[in-house]
Amino acid sequence: MSINSLEKLIHLAEERNRKISSIVKEQKAKEQGMTERELTDKMLKYYEVMKQAANRGVFEQIHSISGITGGEGFKLWQAAEKGLSGSVVLKASARAMAVSNVNASMGKIVAAPTAGSCGIIPGALITVTEKLNKSDEEAVDALFTAAAVGEIIARNATLAGAEGGCQAECGSASAMAAAAVVELAGGSPRQAGHAVAFALKAVMGMVCDPVAGLVEVPCIKRNGMGAAQALLAADMALAGIESVIPPDEVIKAMGEVGCMLPQQLRETALGGLAATPTGKEIQKRVFGG
Amino acid sequence: MNIFDIIGPVMIGPSSSHTAGAVRLGNLARHILGEEPKKARIILYNSFASTGKGHGTDRALVAGILGFLPDDERIRTSFEEAKKAGLEYELVDGGSKEKLHPNTAEFFLEGPENTTRVVGASVGGGRVMVSSIDGFKTEFSGEYHTVITIHKDIPGIISSVTSCLSKKNINIAQMRVFRESRGEKALMIIEADEILPEGIKEELERINGIFRAMNISPVY
Repeated sequence: MSINSLEKLIHLAEERNRKISSIVKEQKAKEQGMTERELTDKMLKYYEVMKQAANRGVFEQIHSISGITGGEGFKLWQAAEKGLSGSVVLKASARAMAVSNVNASMGKIVAAPTAGSCGIIPGALITVTEKLNKSDEEAVDALFTAAAVGEIIARNATLAGAEGGCQAECGSASAMAAAAVVELAGGSPRQAGHAVAFALKAVMGMVCDPVAGLVEVPCIKRNGMGAAQALLAADMALAGIESVIPPDEVIKAMGEVGCMLPQQLRETALGGLAATPTGKEIQKRVFGG
Repeated sequence: MNIFDIIGPVMIGPSSSHTAGAVRLGNLARHILGEEPKKARIILYNSFASTGKGHGTDRALVAGILGFLPDDERIRTSFEEAKKAGLEYELVDGGSKEKLHPNTAEFFLEGPENTTRVVGASVGGGRVMVSSIDGFKTEFSGEYHTVITIHKDIPGIISSVTSCLSKKNINIAQMRVFRESRGEKALMIIEADEILPEGIKEELERINGIFRAMNISPVY
Protein backbone atom coordinates (compact mmCIF):
# COMPACT_ATOMS: atom_id res chain seq x y z
CA MET A 1 0.00 0.00 0.00
CA SER A 2 1.37 3.42 -0.84
CA ILE A 3 0.57 6.47 1.21
CA ASN A 4 -1.71 8.57 -0.96
CA SER A 5 -4.13 10.20 1.46
CA LEU A 6 -3.96 11.61 4.95
CA GLU A 7 -7.25 9.91 5.84
CA LYS A 8 -5.82 6.51 4.94
CA LEU A 9 -2.66 7.15 6.94
CA ILE A 10 -4.53 8.46 9.99
CA HIS A 11 -6.97 5.55 9.84
CA LEU A 12 -4.12 3.05 9.72
CA ALA A 13 -2.41 4.70 12.70
CA GLU A 14 -5.66 4.79 14.72
CA GLU A 15 -6.51 1.20 13.88
CA ARG A 16 -3.16 -0.06 15.10
CA ASN A 17 -2.94 2.47 17.90
CA ARG A 18 0.42 3.73 16.67
CA LYS A 19 2.02 7.03 15.77
CA ILE A 20 2.02 8.16 12.12
CA SER A 21 5.83 8.00 12.10
CA SER A 22 5.80 4.36 13.17
CA ILE A 23 3.51 3.40 10.25
CA VAL A 24 5.62 5.45 7.83
CA LYS A 25 8.92 3.92 8.93
CA GLU A 26 7.57 0.38 8.66
CA GLN A 27 6.24 0.99 5.19
CA LYS A 28 9.25 2.90 3.86
CA ALA A 29 11.59 0.19 5.15
CA LYS A 30 9.73 -2.29 2.93
CA GLU A 31 9.51 0.05 -0.07
CA GLN A 32 13.13 1.22 -0.01
CA GLY A 33 14.80 -2.05 0.95
CA MET A 34 16.31 -0.57 4.12
CA THR A 35 15.77 -1.50 7.77
CA GLU A 36 13.94 0.93 10.04
CA ARG A 37 17.24 1.43 11.89
CA GLU A 38 19.02 2.37 8.64
CA LEU A 39 16.25 4.82 7.74
CA THR A 40 16.44 6.40 11.21
CA ASP A 41 20.24 6.65 11.09
CA LYS A 42 20.13 8.39 7.72
CA MET A 43 17.44 10.79 8.93
CA LEU A 44 19.53 11.48 12.08
CA LYS A 45 22.35 12.66 9.79
CA TYR A 46 19.92 14.95 7.97
CA TYR A 47 18.67 16.30 11.32
CA GLU A 48 22.27 17.02 12.30
CA VAL A 49 22.74 19.10 9.11
CA MET A 50 19.53 21.00 9.99
CA LYS A 51 20.79 21.74 13.51
CA GLN A 52 24.19 22.88 12.28
CA ALA A 53 22.64 25.27 9.75
CA ALA A 54 20.24 26.69 12.37
CA ASN A 55 23.08 27.20 14.85
CA ARG A 56 25.31 28.92 12.34
CA GLY A 57 22.57 31.32 11.30
CA VAL A 58 21.48 32.37 14.78
CA PHE A 59 24.97 32.91 16.17
CA GLU A 60 26.54 34.66 13.14
CA GLN A 61 25.20 37.24 10.70
CA ILE A 62 25.23 35.29 7.48
CA HIS A 63 25.00 37.22 4.21
CA SER A 64 23.80 35.95 0.87
CA ILE A 65 26.12 35.76 -2.13
CA SER A 66 24.07 38.42 -3.95
CA GLY A 67 24.36 40.75 -0.94
CA ILE A 68 20.67 41.65 -0.77
CA THR A 69 19.88 39.79 2.48
CA GLY A 70 21.66 38.71 5.63
CA GLY A 71 21.48 38.45 9.40
CA GLU A 72 17.69 38.00 9.74
CA GLY A 73 17.98 34.83 11.83
CA PHE A 74 20.65 36.40 14.01
CA LYS A 75 18.59 39.54 14.68
CA LEU A 76 15.39 37.76 15.68
CA TRP A 77 17.38 35.36 17.90
CA GLN A 78 18.71 38.39 19.78
CA ALA A 79 15.11 39.52 20.37
CA ALA A 80 13.72 36.07 21.21
CA GLU A 81 13.48 36.48 24.99
CA LYS A 82 11.93 39.95 25.06
CA GLY A 83 9.74 39.79 21.96
CA LEU A 84 5.94 40.00 22.00
CA SER A 85 5.24 36.60 20.42
CA GLY A 86 6.91 34.55 23.14
CA SER A 87 10.29 32.87 23.03
CA VAL A 88 9.23 29.54 21.49
CA VAL A 89 7.59 31.14 18.46
CA LEU A 90 10.44 33.62 18.09
CA LYS A 91 13.16 31.01 18.38
CA ALA A 92 11.42 28.80 15.83
CA SER A 93 11.09 31.73 13.47
CA ALA A 94 14.69 32.87 14.05
CA ARG A 95 16.02 29.38 13.39
CA ALA A 96 13.93 29.08 10.23
CA MET A 97 15.37 32.33 8.88
CA ALA A 98 18.83 31.27 10.03
CA VAL A 99 18.67 28.11 7.91
CA SER A 100 17.39 30.18 4.98
CA ASN A 101 20.29 32.60 5.46
CA VAL A 102 22.71 29.68 5.28
CA ASN A 103 20.99 28.49 2.10
CA ALA A 104 21.30 31.92 0.45
CA SER A 105 24.99 32.07 1.38
CA MET A 106 25.74 28.78 -0.44
CA GLY A 107 25.93 26.88 2.84
CA LYS A 108 24.80 23.32 3.56
CA ILE A 109 21.07 22.66 4.15
CA VAL A 110 18.50 19.91 3.79
CA ALA A 111 15.83 20.58 1.14
CA ALA A 112 12.63 20.19 3.19
CA PRO A 113 10.75 19.79 0.97
CA THR A 114 12.62 22.33 -1.22
CA ALA A 115 15.68 24.54 -0.81
CA GLY A 116 13.48 27.64 -0.87
CA SER A 117 11.46 26.39 2.12
CA CYS A 118 14.37 24.67 3.89
CA GLY A 119 14.12 26.65 7.15
CA ILE A 120 10.56 25.96 8.28
CA ILE A 121 10.77 22.34 9.41
CA PRO A 122 14.14 22.73 11.21
CA GLY A 123 12.97 25.98 12.86
CA ALA A 124 9.77 24.50 14.27
CA LEU A 125 11.11 21.04 15.07
CA ILE A 126 14.42 21.92 16.74
CA THR A 127 12.68 24.51 18.92
CA VAL A 128 9.83 22.26 20.04
CA THR A 129 12.27 19.39 20.68
CA GLU A 130 14.24 21.74 22.94
CA LYS A 131 11.13 23.12 24.67
CA LEU A 132 9.73 19.64 25.44
CA ASN A 133 13.11 18.11 26.34
CA LYS A 134 12.77 15.45 23.65
CA SER A 135 15.64 13.40 22.23
CA ASP A 136 17.10 13.70 18.72
CA GLU A 137 15.64 10.30 17.95
CA GLU A 138 12.14 11.51 18.84
CA ALA A 139 12.65 14.58 16.67
CA VAL A 140 13.72 12.33 13.80
CA ASP A 141 10.58 10.21 14.23
CA ALA A 142 8.58 13.39 13.78
CA LEU A 143 10.54 14.05 10.57
CA PHE A 144 9.12 10.82 9.14
CA THR A 145 5.64 12.14 9.87
CA ALA A 146 6.55 15.41 8.13
CA ALA A 147 7.89 13.47 5.14
CA ALA A 148 4.68 11.44 4.84
CA VAL A 149 2.63 14.64 4.77
CA GLY A 150 5.00 15.98 2.09
CA GLU A 151 4.57 12.85 -0.01
CA ILE A 152 0.78 13.07 0.23
CA ILE A 153 0.90 16.72 -0.87
CA ALA A 154 3.27 15.83 -3.75
CA ARG A 155 0.88 13.09 -4.90
CA ASN A 156 -2.33 15.13 -4.66
CA ALA A 157 -1.11 18.67 -5.32
CA THR A 158 2.50 19.85 -5.76
CA LEU A 159 5.58 20.88 -3.78
CA ALA A 160 7.06 23.09 -6.52
CA GLY A 161 6.76 26.88 -6.49
CA ALA A 162 6.95 26.90 -10.29
CA GLU A 163 3.79 24.77 -10.39
CA GLY A 164 1.78 25.90 -7.37
CA GLY A 165 3.26 29.13 -6.02
CA CYS A 166 4.73 29.67 -2.56
CA GLN A 167 1.76 27.96 -0.89
CA ALA A 168 3.14 24.74 -2.43
CA GLU A 169 6.64 25.28 -1.01
CA CYS A 170 6.49 27.29 2.22
CA GLY A 171 2.85 26.31 2.79
CA SER A 172 3.64 22.62 2.45
CA ALA A 173 6.73 22.93 4.65
CA SER A 174 4.60 24.63 7.30
CA ALA A 175 1.96 21.89 7.08
CA MET A 176 4.63 19.18 7.31
CA ALA A 177 6.19 20.92 10.31
CA ALA A 178 2.79 21.31 12.01
CA ALA A 179 2.06 17.58 11.76
CA ALA A 180 5.56 16.76 13.06
CA VAL A 181 5.15 19.09 16.04
CA VAL A 182 1.71 17.69 16.95
CA GLU A 183 3.16 14.18 17.07
CA LEU A 184 6.19 15.31 19.08
CA ALA A 185 3.90 17.05 21.60
CA GLY A 186 1.89 13.85 22.09
CA GLY A 187 -1.10 14.78 19.93
CA SER A 188 -3.13 12.17 18.06
CA PRO A 189 -2.71 11.27 14.37
CA ARG A 190 -6.06 12.96 13.68
CA GLN A 191 -4.89 16.15 15.38
CA ALA A 192 -1.77 16.06 13.18
CA GLY A 193 -4.10 15.96 10.16
CA HIS A 194 -6.07 18.99 11.34
CA ALA A 195 -2.81 20.89 11.90
CA VAL A 196 -1.86 20.19 8.25
CA ALA A 197 -5.19 21.68 7.16
CA PHE A 198 -4.78 24.83 9.32
CA ALA A 199 -1.27 25.53 8.04
CA LEU A 200 -2.29 25.17 4.38
CA LYS A 201 -5.49 27.16 4.78
CA ALA A 202 -3.52 30.05 6.31
CA VAL A 203 -1.49 30.58 3.15
CA MET A 204 -3.86 29.32 0.45
CA GLY A 205 -3.09 31.20 -2.74
CA MET A 206 0.27 32.55 -1.61
CA VAL A 207 2.23 33.43 -4.72
CA CYS A 208 5.88 32.69 -5.57
CA ASP A 209 7.36 36.07 -6.51
CA PRO A 210 11.09 36.03 -5.75
CA VAL A 211 12.85 39.35 -6.35
CA ALA A 212 15.44 38.94 -9.13
CA GLY A 213 14.53 35.23 -9.16
CA LEU A 214 16.69 34.64 -6.11
CA VAL A 215 15.75 32.50 -3.09
CA GLU A 216 15.97 35.51 -0.75
CA VAL A 217 13.23 38.17 -0.93
CA PRO A 218 10.64 37.35 0.33
CA CYS A 219 11.64 33.68 0.84
CA ILE A 220 13.77 34.12 3.96
CA LYS A 221 11.06 35.99 5.88
CA ARG A 222 8.36 33.65 4.61
CA ASN A 223 10.37 30.82 6.13
CA GLY A 224 10.28 32.72 9.42
CA MET A 225 6.51 33.17 9.14
CA GLY A 226 5.99 29.56 8.08
CA ALA A 227 7.66 28.19 11.21
CA ALA A 228 5.57 30.43 13.47
CA GLN A 229 2.36 29.44 11.68
CA ALA A 230 3.28 25.77 12.00
CA LEU A 231 3.41 26.17 15.79
CA LEU A 232 0.06 27.99 15.88
CA ALA A 233 -1.52 25.34 13.65
CA ALA A 234 -0.19 22.63 15.98
CA ASP A 235 -1.47 24.44 19.08
CA MET A 236 -4.93 24.90 17.53
CA ALA A 237 -5.12 21.18 16.74
CA LEU A 238 -3.77 20.18 20.16
CA ALA A 239 -6.47 22.40 21.74
CA GLY A 240 -9.08 20.25 20.04
CA ILE A 241 -10.01 22.60 17.20
CA GLU A 242 -10.98 20.71 14.04
CA SER A 243 -10.80 21.70 10.39
CA VAL A 244 -14.30 21.97 8.89
CA ILE A 245 -12.89 21.08 5.47
CA PRO A 246 -11.17 17.67 5.71
CA PRO A 247 -7.35 17.90 5.37
CA ASP A 248 -7.22 15.86 2.14
CA GLU A 249 -9.71 18.24 0.52
CA VAL A 250 -7.63 21.22 1.67
CA ILE A 251 -4.55 19.68 0.02
CA LYS A 252 -6.41 19.15 -3.28
CA ALA A 253 -7.79 22.71 -3.12
CA MET A 254 -4.27 24.05 -2.65
CA GLY A 255 -3.15 22.20 -5.79
CA GLU A 256 -6.13 23.51 -7.77
CA VAL A 257 -5.52 27.08 -6.61
CA GLY A 258 -1.89 26.65 -7.71
CA CYS A 259 -3.01 25.71 -11.22
CA MET A 260 -5.21 28.82 -11.35
CA LEU A 261 -2.30 31.13 -10.54
CA PRO A 262 -1.03 33.04 -13.56
CA GLN A 263 2.48 32.25 -14.79
CA GLN A 264 3.74 35.62 -13.48
CA LEU A 265 3.14 34.45 -9.92
CA ARG A 266 4.82 31.06 -10.18
CA GLU A 267 8.55 31.53 -9.66
CA THR A 268 9.11 33.52 -12.84
CA ALA A 269 10.02 36.78 -11.04
CA LEU A 270 7.57 38.64 -13.28
CA GLY A 271 4.84 39.53 -10.76
CA GLY A 272 4.15 40.34 -7.13
CA LEU A 273 7.12 41.63 -5.12
CA ALA A 274 9.50 40.92 -8.00
CA ALA A 275 7.59 43.41 -10.18
CA THR A 276 7.60 46.29 -7.66
CA PRO A 277 9.81 49.31 -8.45
CA THR A 278 12.23 48.26 -5.70
CA GLY A 279 12.14 44.63 -6.82
CA LYS A 280 13.06 45.66 -10.36
CA GLU A 281 15.75 48.00 -9.09
CA ILE A 282 17.34 45.13 -7.13
CA GLN A 283 17.15 42.91 -10.19
CA LYS A 284 19.08 45.57 -12.14
CA ARG A 285 21.65 45.98 -9.39
CA VAL A 286 22.35 42.25 -9.08
CA PHE A 287 22.30 41.24 -12.73
CA GLY A 288 22.80 44.51 -14.61
CA GLY A 289 20.58 45.78 -17.46
CA MET B 1 8.44 7.85 -3.59
CA ASN B 2 11.80 7.85 -1.82
CA ILE B 3 11.34 9.51 1.57
CA PHE B 4 14.72 11.24 1.21
CA ASP B 5 13.46 13.03 -1.90
CA ILE B 6 10.86 14.73 0.33
CA ILE B 7 13.14 15.48 3.30
CA GLY B 8 16.39 15.85 1.39
CA PRO B 9 18.71 15.95 -0.36
CA VAL B 10 21.43 17.47 1.78
CA MET B 11 22.77 20.16 -0.51
CA ILE B 12 24.58 23.45 -0.79
CA GLY B 13 22.07 26.24 -1.44
CA PRO B 14 20.47 28.28 -2.66
CA SER B 15 18.64 26.46 -5.45
CA SER B 16 18.09 22.81 -6.29
CA SER B 17 17.92 23.47 -10.04
CA HIS B 18 20.48 26.28 -10.33
CA THR B 19 23.00 25.03 -7.73
CA ALA B 20 22.62 21.29 -6.96
CA GLY B 21 21.65 20.46 -10.56
CA ALA B 22 24.55 22.51 -11.92
CA VAL B 23 27.04 20.60 -9.72
CA ARG B 24 25.62 17.31 -11.02
CA LEU B 25 25.98 18.40 -14.66
CA GLY B 26 29.62 19.42 -14.14
CA ASN B 27 30.34 16.15 -12.36
CA LEU B 28 28.82 14.10 -15.20
CA ALA B 29 30.85 16.06 -17.78
CA ARG B 30 34.03 15.24 -15.80
CA HIS B 31 33.20 11.53 -15.80
CA ILE B 32 32.41 11.61 -19.49
CA LEU B 33 35.89 13.06 -20.13
CA GLY B 34 37.23 10.18 -18.03
CA GLU B 35 40.36 11.89 -16.73
CA GLU B 36 41.47 14.94 -14.74
CA PRO B 37 40.23 18.00 -16.69
CA LYS B 38 42.89 20.64 -17.32
CA LYS B 39 40.83 23.12 -19.32
CA ALA B 40 37.11 23.81 -19.25
CA ARG B 41 35.00 26.14 -21.33
CA ILE B 42 31.43 26.30 -20.07
CA ILE B 43 28.63 28.05 -21.92
CA LEU B 44 25.52 28.94 -19.91
CA TYR B 45 22.18 29.33 -21.69
CA ASN B 46 18.77 30.84 -20.91
CA SER B 47 17.94 30.99 -17.17
CA PHE B 48 21.41 29.64 -16.28
CA ALA B 49 22.86 32.64 -18.13
CA SER B 50 20.41 35.27 -16.88
CA THR B 51 20.02 34.39 -13.18
CA GLY B 52 22.83 31.90 -12.66
CA LYS B 53 25.22 34.31 -10.98
CA GLY B 54 22.90 35.02 -8.05
CA HIS B 55 22.37 31.30 -7.54
CA GLY B 56 26.07 30.44 -7.68
CA THR B 57 25.48 28.40 -10.86
CA ASP B 58 28.92 29.42 -12.16
CA ARG B 59 30.70 28.15 -9.04
CA ALA B 60 28.50 25.04 -8.97
CA LEU B 61 29.38 24.08 -12.56
CA VAL B 62 33.11 24.47 -11.87
CA ALA B 63 32.72 22.51 -8.60
CA GLY B 64 31.14 19.64 -10.53
CA ILE B 65 34.02 19.60 -13.01
CA LEU B 66 36.37 19.32 -10.02
CA GLY B 67 34.45 16.17 -9.04
CA PHE B 68 32.43 17.60 -6.15
CA LEU B 69 28.87 16.46 -5.35
CA PRO B 70 25.93 18.76 -4.38
CA ASP B 71 26.59 18.56 -0.62
CA ASP B 72 30.27 19.60 -0.79
CA GLU B 73 31.00 22.77 1.17
CA ARG B 74 33.84 23.66 -1.19
CA ILE B 75 31.27 24.58 -3.89
CA ARG B 76 31.21 28.13 -2.53
CA THR B 77 34.96 28.48 -3.09
CA SER B 78 35.24 26.32 -6.22
CA PHE B 79 37.04 29.06 -8.21
CA GLU B 80 39.89 28.98 -5.68
CA GLU B 81 39.75 25.16 -5.61
CA ALA B 82 40.10 25.14 -9.41
CA LYS B 83 43.29 27.18 -9.15
CA LYS B 84 44.71 24.71 -6.62
CA ALA B 85 43.78 21.77 -8.86
CA GLY B 86 45.36 23.41 -11.93
CA LEU B 87 42.05 23.66 -13.79
CA GLU B 88 41.80 26.55 -16.24
CA TYR B 89 38.18 27.50 -16.73
CA GLU B 90 36.20 30.00 -18.75
CA LEU B 91 32.49 30.76 -18.23
CA VAL B 92 30.65 32.17 -21.22
CA ASP B 93 27.19 33.77 -21.42
CA GLY B 94 25.44 31.93 -24.26
CA GLY B 95 22.36 34.17 -24.05
CA SER B 96 18.92 32.79 -24.78
CA LYS B 97 18.26 29.91 -27.15
CA GLU B 98 14.65 28.89 -27.44
CA LYS B 99 15.40 25.36 -28.64
CA LEU B 100 17.33 24.55 -25.46
CA HIS B 101 15.91 23.76 -22.01
CA PRO B 102 15.71 26.86 -19.71
CA ASN B 103 18.64 25.62 -17.58
CA THR B 104 21.21 24.42 -20.08
CA ALA B 105 25.02 24.23 -19.89
CA GLU B 106 27.47 23.20 -22.60
CA PHE B 107 30.92 21.93 -21.59
CA PHE B 108 34.11 21.72 -23.62
CA LEU B 109 36.57 19.79 -21.48
CA GLU B 110 40.19 18.99 -22.13
CA GLY B 111 42.37 16.55 -20.20
CA PRO B 112 45.91 15.32 -20.78
CA GLU B 113 44.70 12.82 -23.42
CA ASN B 114 41.04 13.40 -24.28
CA THR B 115 38.65 16.17 -25.11
CA THR B 116 34.88 16.08 -24.94
CA ARG B 117 31.82 18.23 -25.57
CA VAL B 118 28.80 17.66 -23.32
CA VAL B 119 25.41 19.39 -23.29
CA GLY B 120 23.01 18.95 -20.39
CA ALA B 121 20.17 20.59 -18.52
CA SER B 122 18.93 20.90 -14.96
CA VAL B 123 15.34 19.81 -15.39
CA GLY B 124 13.83 20.60 -11.97
CA GLY B 125 14.26 19.74 -8.32
CA GLY B 126 17.99 19.20 -8.89
CA ARG B 127 17.45 16.43 -11.44
CA VAL B 128 19.56 16.59 -14.59
CA MET B 129 19.58 15.21 -18.11
CA VAL B 130 22.59 14.93 -20.44
CA SER B 131 21.34 15.55 -23.96
CA SER B 132 24.47 15.29 -26.06
CA ILE B 133 28.02 13.86 -25.91
CA ASP B 134 30.51 14.75 -28.64
CA GLY B 135 27.63 15.63 -30.96
CA PHE B 136 25.68 12.41 -30.30
CA LYS B 137 22.14 12.85 -29.08
CA THR B 138 21.81 11.06 -25.72
CA GLU B 139 19.46 10.93 -22.78
CA PHE B 140 20.62 9.93 -19.31
CA SER B 141 20.18 11.26 -15.81
CA GLY B 142 23.26 10.11 -13.87
CA GLU B 143 20.97 8.40 -11.38
CA TYR B 144 22.44 4.95 -12.06
CA HIS B 145 25.89 3.46 -12.46
CA THR B 146 26.30 4.18 -16.15
CA VAL B 147 28.50 2.76 -18.90
CA ILE B 148 28.70 4.59 -22.21
CA THR B 149 30.47 3.32 -25.29
CA ILE B 150 31.20 5.04 -28.58
CA HIS B 151 31.71 2.28 -31.13
CA LYS B 152 31.50 1.26 -34.76
CA ASP B 153 27.93 0.38 -35.83
CA ILE B 154 28.64 -3.27 -36.73
CA PRO B 155 27.09 -6.57 -35.52
CA GLY B 156 28.41 -8.10 -32.30
CA ILE B 157 29.58 -5.03 -30.40
CA ILE B 158 26.52 -4.79 -28.19
CA SER B 159 26.65 -8.45 -27.24
CA SER B 160 30.38 -8.20 -26.43
CA VAL B 161 29.62 -5.34 -24.05
CA THR B 162 26.65 -7.03 -22.37
CA SER B 163 28.50 -10.34 -21.98
CA CYS B 164 31.45 -8.49 -20.42
CA LEU B 165 28.99 -6.98 -17.89
CA SER B 166 27.14 -10.23 -17.24
CA LYS B 167 30.43 -12.02 -16.47
CA LYS B 168 30.87 -9.48 -13.70
CA ASN B 169 27.34 -10.17 -12.45
CA ILE B 170 26.09 -6.71 -13.32
CA ASN B 171 22.36 -6.36 -13.90
CA ILE B 172 21.34 -3.92 -16.63
CA ALA B 173 18.45 -1.64 -15.61
CA GLN B 174 18.13 0.27 -18.89
CA MET B 175 19.92 0.36 -22.21
CA ARG B 176 19.74 2.55 -25.31
CA VAL B 177 21.68 2.87 -28.58
CA PHE B 178 21.95 5.98 -30.73
CA ARG B 179 23.76 6.01 -34.08
CA GLU B 180 24.91 8.60 -36.62
CA SER B 181 23.94 6.45 -39.59
CA ARG B 182 24.20 2.79 -40.57
CA GLY B 183 27.73 1.42 -40.38
CA GLU B 184 29.10 4.63 -38.87
CA LYS B 185 29.67 5.51 -35.21
CA ALA B 186 27.12 4.68 -32.53
CA LEU B 187 26.74 5.53 -28.88
CA MET B 188 25.33 3.11 -26.31
CA ILE B 189 24.17 3.95 -22.78
CA ILE B 190 23.83 1.19 -20.21
CA GLU B 191 22.43 1.98 -16.78
CA ALA B 192 23.17 -0.68 -14.16
CA ASP B 193 21.99 -1.47 -10.64
CA GLU B 194 25.40 -2.50 -9.32
CA ILE B 195 28.62 -0.56 -8.80
CA LEU B 196 30.80 -1.00 -11.87
CA PRO B 197 34.25 -2.44 -11.16
CA GLU B 198 37.39 -0.36 -11.64
CA GLY B 199 39.05 -1.08 -14.95
CA ILE B 200 35.77 -1.74 -16.80
CA LYS B 201 36.46 1.26 -19.05
CA GLU B 202 39.86 -0.12 -20.10
CA GLU B 203 38.46 -3.62 -20.55
CA LEU B 204 35.67 -2.40 -22.83
CA GLU B 205 38.09 -0.23 -24.82
CA ARG B 206 40.07 -3.40 -25.67
CA ILE B 207 37.03 -4.79 -27.55
CA ASN B 208 37.58 -4.42 -31.28
CA GLY B 209 35.32 -1.68 -32.67
CA ILE B 210 34.93 0.30 -29.45
CA PHE B 211 36.58 3.70 -29.72
CA ARG B 212 35.82 4.98 -26.24
CA ALA B 213 34.17 3.77 -23.07
CA MET B 214 33.07 5.75 -20.02
CA ASN B 215 32.30 4.66 -16.47
CA ILE B 216 30.06 7.16 -14.71
CA SER B 217 29.20 7.02 -11.00
CA PRO B 218 25.76 8.18 -9.88
CA VAL B 219 25.56 11.85 -8.92
CA TYR B 220 22.53 11.52 -6.63
